[in-house]
Amino acid sequence: MTATAADTLLEVRDLTKHFTLHGDIYSRLAGEKAQTLKAVDGIDFHIRRGETLGLVGESGCGKSTTARLVTRLIEPTSGAVRLKGEDLLAFSAERLKRARKEVQLVFQDPYSSLNPRKTIMQILSRPMEIHGLARSWTEKRERVLDLLTRVGLGVEHIDRYPHEFSGGQRQRIAIARALSVDPELVIGDEPVSALDVSIQAQILNLFRDLQEEFGLTYLFIAHDLSVIRHISDRVAVMYVGKIVETAPAGALFGKPLHPYTKALLAAVPEADPAKPPPRLTLKGEVSTPIDPPPGCRLCRRCPNETKICSEVEPPLVDVGGGRQVACHNL
Amino acid sequence: MGEPVLELEDVTVRFRLRRGDLTAVNGVSFSIARGETFGLVGESGSGKSVTARAIMRLIPDPPGEVQRGRILFEGANVLDKSDAEMRSLRGRQIAMVFQEPMSALNPVFTVCDQISDALRTNLKMGKQEARARVIELLSLVGIPSPQRRVDSYVHEFSGGMRQRVMLAMALSCSPSFLIADEPTTALDVTIQATILELITSMIDKLGMSLLFITHNLGVVAHSCDKIGVMYASHLVELGDKREIFANPQHPYTVGLLNSIPRLDTQAKYLTPITGSVCNMMSPPQGCKFHPRCAHAMDVCRRDVPPLKEIAPGHLAACHLHDRG
Repeated sequence: MTATAADTLLEVRDLTKHFTLHGDIYSRLAGEKAQTLKAVDGIDFHIRRGETLGLVGESGCGKSTTARLVTRLIEPTSGAVRLKGEDLLAFSAERLKRARKEVQLVFQDPYSSLNPRKTIMQILSRPMEIHGLARSWTEKRERVLDLLTRVGLGVEHIDRYPHEFSGGQRQRIAIARALSVDPELVIGDEPVSALDVSIQAQILNLFRDLQEEFGLTYLFIAHDLSVIRHISDRVAVMYVGKIVETAPAGALFGKPLHPYTKALLAAVPEADPAKPPPRLTLKGEVSTPIDPPPGCRLCRRCPNETKICSEVEPPLVDVGGGRQVACHNL
Repeated sequence: MGEPVLELEDVTVRFRLRRGDLTAVNGVSFSIARGETFGLVGESGSGKSVTARAIMRLIPDPPGEVQRGRILFEGANVLDKSDAEMRSLRGRQIAMVFQEPMSALNPVFTVCDQISDALRTNLKMGKQEARARVIELLSLVGIPSPQRRVDSYVHEFSGGMRQRVMLAMALSCSPSFLIADEPTTALDVTIQATILELITSMIDKLGMSLLFITHNLGVVAHSCDKIGVMYASHLVELGDKREIFANPQHPYTVGLLNSIPRLDTQAKYLTPITGSVCNMMSPPQGCKFHPRCAHAMDVCRRDVPPLKEIAPGHLAACHLHDRG
């Protein structure tokens, strides 16, 4: 299921980000070798125009590093990122600026992602100024008002400051800011995890509405599996720098194939006492991304482990039905 | 269930702030029977943690005070106890586990030091005896190689392991009652599953009662017998877990349950609660939920609905149940 260039908006090939940990001066004097933290270690995925790819995994698995890599907020160690068929890593400064208009981010914490000293008008019109989308003050004001109503806020909010809003309202403002430059791809990095559940539902509905209205493509990063299930068309599951399984949302949640995906799903406490209680089907704790041993990252935790697992890293292979799994023992 | 261990009657906690008075807990009443697990659920700022702290007498005064009500633990009002009596109650009879183990544990003492501190003060244990008991506790809560880990500092543990250390500390003086305030909120879902399993098995094994505070309805669905739902300082619904999930009676509880995305099906849209939580400095008159409620009537804007029984053991505070 190779997507054609025309309908693929973002394509990531063997993307890798390693951080070198030098340690403190004492360990260096003692001649200890620097360690390598493999935050993202050779991942492949693509996002088709108009679809939502959910990226799910636990803390430290490399989800946010992936978001920062595909927006070139940090430079990858190796690999390729293609935005609309063009090599993002070879972009000139001028082309990169245009890419910043095409790809926008919504962050987790709306308390730190909005400048407390700027009014909503200033926050929402600045991106338009940078990208030359509106010239006169009246034109900007009109566009900002339009954005505010689209995200469920009103005219009365335009000259207020971020501290005058609740968490849910702030996240609406952050979404409006992302939309202010008419992006094609919106990356949400845990955009609803700081919100209470009743507000989270409002924001998830808003993401849905805006996708339909503007034909947006989403890369939606979250650790909450039910949120991912709700919003995604396709899902990629990450574990310690690797994608271990990708599949259409229904298939993945209906019949998970990778032992880690199974473990994640079994651990979710569902809000229904009739469902089985959450339990952990893996042994031990999350593996470390620092100088990981050869073989599968889930090694020594996995219930289906065989000899090959500790020797050879399983590649992500097609298993049909638009699914890919990285496991030796399917 | 048996006789109540903990009874709250009309508990009201007020904070006197420079900007004005804030009532964080408003006339909350419930009771927990011996051996029972009770889940107190609500969103941020609903007053659930303040309720827990009031039970432990941990409300800073000033600015806070328990303005009204009684908190009976084993039949005696906690609010009438002297500071010395409270000190012997905390840890030995009621223990608490907090959300953020990194800020609840001391970074400059080893695990052995801080847990044995409680043992030596409360149970007058000697140094060696206390150390042996700490090792025993660490292995009880599932920390691998406790003999070695006992001399570690908190930062040497992972998040899940820290929460185990905190649980070991809470269990150290064999309390009969455990308060867990969002103990798994900061943890990943797989770690959460192990900690929940651990808490449930400890409660069973040691015959404790549990007050579990969380915003996560999924968590209470699997770790509690009874549930209380709080909204904007009021307890709005109370009942058996199965009853609350199968047959919620307060519009807020219904809205909360509808807001949760499900794992087994994919709906295009969720049904959220409209609007946002009222400002607690200037809450609306009448039912605090009425500005967000689809069923709001005139009486809702005027009078606070009392919590009353609508089915055996199932209580709700809503004017929709006034008739009959």
